[in-house]
Amino acid sequence: MDARQIMTADEIRRAIVRVSHEIVERQAGTEGLVLIGIQRRGVPLATRLAAATEAHEGVALPVGALDITFYRDDLSLVAQQPIVKGTAIPVDLNGRTVILVDDVLYTGRTIRAAMDALVDFGRPQAIRLAVLIDRGHRELPIRADHVGKNVPTSRDELVRVHLVETDGEDAVWIERREGAA
Amino acid sequence: MSGTVGPSGPVAGVAWSQKHLLDVDVLSAADIGLVMKTTDAMKEILARPITKVPVLRGRNVTIIFYEASTRTRVSFEVAAKNLSADVVNIAASASSVTKGESLVDTIRTIEALGAHMIVMRHGTSGAPYLAAEVFSGSVLNGGDGWHAHPSQALLDLYTMRAHLGDLRGRKVVILGDVLHSRVARSNLWTLTAMGADLWICGPAPILRGFDAWAARWANGRGPAGHGGFTVTSDMDAALNGAEVVMALRLQRERMDAGLLPSLREYAARFGLTRERLAAARPDALVMHPGPMNEGVEIAPDVAVFDRSVITEQVTNGVAVRMALLYLLSGVHAGGFPEGAIGG
Repeated sequence: MDARQIMTADEIRRAIVRVSHEIVERQAGTEGLVLIGIQRRGVPLATRLAAATEAHEGVALPVGALDITFYRDDLSLVAQQPIVKGTAIPVDLNGRTVILVDDVLYTGRTIRAAMDALVDFGRPQAIRLAVLIDRGHRELPIRADHVGKNVPTSRDELVRVHLVETDGEDAVWIERREGAA
Repeated sequence: MSGTVGPSGPVAGVAWSQKHLLDVDVLSAADIGLVMKTTDAMKEILARPITKVPVLRGRNVTIIFYEASTRTRVSFEVAAKNLSADVVNIAASASSVTKGESLVDTIRTIEALGAHMIVMRHGTSGAPYLAAEVFSGSVLNGGDGWHAHPSQALLDLYTMRAHLGDLRGRKVVILGDVLHSRVARSNLWTLTAMGADLWICGPAPILRGFDAWAARWANGRGPAGHGGFTVTSDMDAALNGAEVVMALRLQRERMDAGLLPSLREYAARFGLTRERLAAARPDALVMHPGPMNEGVEIAPDVAVFDRSVITEQVTNGVAVRMALLYLLSGVHAGGFPEGAIGG
């Protein structure tokens, strides 16, 4: 299996800083913003976006975690129920601008499930999507508002985002799926 | 707004492998940990403005109770509905069972009517095992005879852990009519698996079997991972320094057997009163699986005491049953590859 690195720790750091600026620019400030990371790697990314925003705006945005397990559309296809990692929404979402944060945007199904989950907590004024990697191949009409890096891929490839908090290193790898030609 | 990841902490690399939940004796400490962790997530759902998630959409959960029950039956029903399952309720007393239909025929009929999961209570110990043999989906035991009440033991454990954290070495007393109690038997398995210092206390005639059981498990000879436990009819010794006191319902219907002289004598010798509770730790939890005979096994002022977590047990019961329905609903062959479906 030949894995190829497509982002280094520095590139990830710069992408997060840039996306944090874009989020504030789009909102014309920080008023009403809340960052919600999708379990699992969206959560540390949301925390880092909040730290980056605090560094240049001096405002600590609220950060939450969303587990989309109960909203997946593929539970009838998987052999065993996935382990639930937990949801924590720290503020009332009514009228807020929610920035959903995830590591990789691929089919769009995770984001569909995340939006279903979010609306059970209230009626945000807007939901926007920030991802570290957009690898294409959407199966639903969903797009990201803020992207760290666009990566053209084939469906035979796997994109692995590694973060210090979850994997011990900051790096993005791309590799051929096992069994693919 | 609500939401915490909960006190149970992460459970790494554990997969659920049980198809049915017939008893807790087959659950490893890791299995129990996974139930606790999943229950944390369900508690978070119960704290939301909308306490419903779509995870069991299109699944039929049929609840059939051959014995009277309020809290367990309603708790399973609320749990299944919170997960968006379709719920069918059958009261055996108003079904074809009264026309002589056998248990096996009833289960086959329920399956033909589209049930994916059955929650069952039966007066005969072992009846859910028979149901599990003929039913192609999952069977959850909602209490069978004197044998087992797994969801009760797990909600009791969850409630204890929410207050005490790790139960290793913590003194837990189960007090009362243990002989006729499926709650006591199931709690015995989960609490010894968690390493609690478990004491079983009651009048000598209804400790029959428990002392032999305790002797068999003494000195680490119990099943792997299960500690021993202590059996006594000395209530003061049992309560001394206890951190949890669980009173069991005195099953008046069992009194005919002549095991106990009278309700009044039982209440006088083994009723949980404030005076007796003074021997326990000042912050000891008071628990009861319900329904209570106030003034018999538990004094009315103890039942509503600020250390009583009896209503909390009921609330946690819904979350634990949501966790069990969720975990059991996914078990077929094979395993779930982490992160295989993403994007």
